[in-house]
Amino acid sequence: MTAIDGIGSAKLSRGSASVRPVPTLLFGCLLLALSGVAIAAVTMGAAGIPLGRVPVALGLWTSEQAGALLARDQLVLWSIRIPRILAAAVVGGLLATSGAIMQGLFRNPLADPALVGVSSGGAFAAASAIVLIDSSYGDAFRFMQNAVLPLAAFLGSLVTTFVLYGIASRTGRTSIAIFLLAGLAIAAIANAGLGLLVFIADDRQLRDITFWMLGSLSGATWSKAVTIAPVLVIGVFACFRIGRGLDLLVLGESEAFHSGVNVERLKQASIVLISAMTGVAVSICGVVGFIGIVVPHLLRLVIGPGHRILLPASALLGAILVVGADTLARTIVAPAEMPIGILTAAIGAPFFLAILLRQRGLAGL
Amino acid sequence: MRPIVETHSATMRINGATLVDGVDLSVGSGEMVAIVGPNGAGKSTLLRLLSGDLQPTQGRIELKQADLRSYSASQLATHRATLSQHINVTFPFTVEEIVRMGAGDMGIVAAHPLVESAMDEVAIRPLRSRQLPTLSGGEQQRTHFARVLVQLACGEARHGPGLLLLDEPTSSLDLRHQIELVEIAGRRARNGTAVIAILHDLNLAVRFASRIIVIHRGAVVADGPPAQTITDGLIRKVFEVCADIQYHGDGSPVLLPQAMKSIGSGNVL
Repeated sequence: MTAIDGIGSAKLSRGSASVRPVPTLLFGCLLLALSGVAIAAVTMGAAGIPLGRVPVALGLWTSEQAGALLARDQLVLWSIRIPRILAAAVVGGLLATSGAIMQGLFRNPLADPALVGVSSGGAFAAASAIVLIDSSYGDAFRFMQNAVLPLAAFLGSLVTTFVLYGIASRTGRTSIAIFLLAGLAIAAIANAGLGLLVFIADDRQLRDITFWMLGSLSGATWSKAVTIAPVLVIGVFACFRIGRGLDLLVLGESEAFHSGVNVERLKQASIVLISAMTGVAVSICGVVGFIGIVVPHLLRLVIGPGHRILLPASALLGAILVVGADTLARTIVAPAEMPIGILTAAIGAPFFLAILLRQRGLAGL
Repeated sequence: MRPIVETHSATMRINGATLVDGVDLSVGSGEMVAIVGPNGAGKSTLLRLLSGDLQPTQGRIELKQADLRSYSASQLATHRATLSQHINVTFPFTVEEIVRMGAGDMGIVAAHPLVESAMDEVAIRPLRSRQLPTLSGGEQQRTHFARVLVQLACGEARHGPGLLLLDEPTSSLDLRHQIELVEIAGRRARNGTAVIAILHDLNLAVRFASRIIVIHRGAVVADGPPAQTITDGLIRKVFEVCADIQYHGDGSPVLLPQAMKSIGSGNVL
């Protein structure tokens, strides 16, 4: 028996053993990094505000600073920069978390709401709202447009996710190849719809639609940031409830059911969460891709795939990445601004290819 | 002996094909049952009916005297545990994390002794920190078996003896681990669990099961102790092979399969 057990322990040397860090340490580091990147984002921009002037402008302490400079700093911080950083953090949290939920639901580390057309579906619905509810008719219409936009984006994402799930899991098991191809087709349909809207839109509507197609946080305001923040809070709390179910779903739908998971309810909850989180993110900043795939993948390398820690950690790392990327987007070609969607695609697409090449052997694509 | 699971004329038809045909069974606490039969006989479908995975199109199934449909998924998980045949895990969960999944909502500290003893019992403790997708098929199968054992133990701690369903649990295992697995299942049966396993190896089934159920074309064609069910005529009729049956010292049959025959035309292939 001892000799046979020796064979078992010798196997340990082949392949690496996984050691997971303590969750509190991980969350501590992520919170620290988020604070760091937020402070850096506050100081950087078209109007530079050195770190020393920030506490004064925020009213944390008084100084002998010249009144005009102080007034300018306060205006830039409170009206432009802080709401934008807040919106970037919330959008990053939403996109990364919805990506992680989607990967769990489809049992596929390559799933991303932007990649498989869920964001495009949301953007198409949002663009329809811009064109159909013409804000030039007056303030009432503009107000209605602002209220309807996130809802339209959510519904657009919801329909797209349902259709995608229906196609990809038609045979009882989700096929990676069919899932990605179906996502491609759905994105193409949504983009064709967007093209049609661009064709019939007037100049002002065209500017608004273009903004969605490229992805940018320049339109972020306090009211927008405050509107979407509760969705992230509710979403992260919901994640604690679905985390165990998503872990078991990784084993397969039958195994999840055998282990006591109400699979249908879990799938519905996941689809609604993915759509709500992607939809409201899209309604603020348009289509920003690859956050949902890069963030959970990086985290899985460090903390493993358990969703109860992965989902809230994704919200934090997503916030860090998008605040960082947005700061880069608004400073890299200052005084102009680069759409953040271009930046995330430039970094995210090669990353996606790298995962695809690594996965090919395992998934048998 | 208290019945754990009973089927009453359970029938399953999909697209006009009858996969399970009016099966009446009762498996009691402490029984170790092997389901055998040729490919496509309906064994896996029957097991999926017993696990609640599928609903019978006719007839009904009772678990501990209550209709299987009256249980919610989470209630069912505390009364029966199921090991499926093919489980493909794409995410890098470690062996220990997979085994711990069997403990459900139980906290990590409370589940710890159950997880440790299950890993010891199936001899995967040295692999505990390894990622499941990097292991061999047999090692993965033993990991899932340990997970199912933890789930069974958690349920039995609350509700007493439960039901353990195993769908070809030995298909990827080497000889030593095949024997170990059926011995572990046998120990559960001696503690009161009703164990039902689909086995392809008739000798393994005969050696370790207290009762053998032979399924052919969706129906039960033989049901009883190994020595009475595994006969020359039955092997010929159901498996379409000739078998030289010898009898071991304790009276249990040992099979030596011979050349394949085409039944009906009488031609030897």
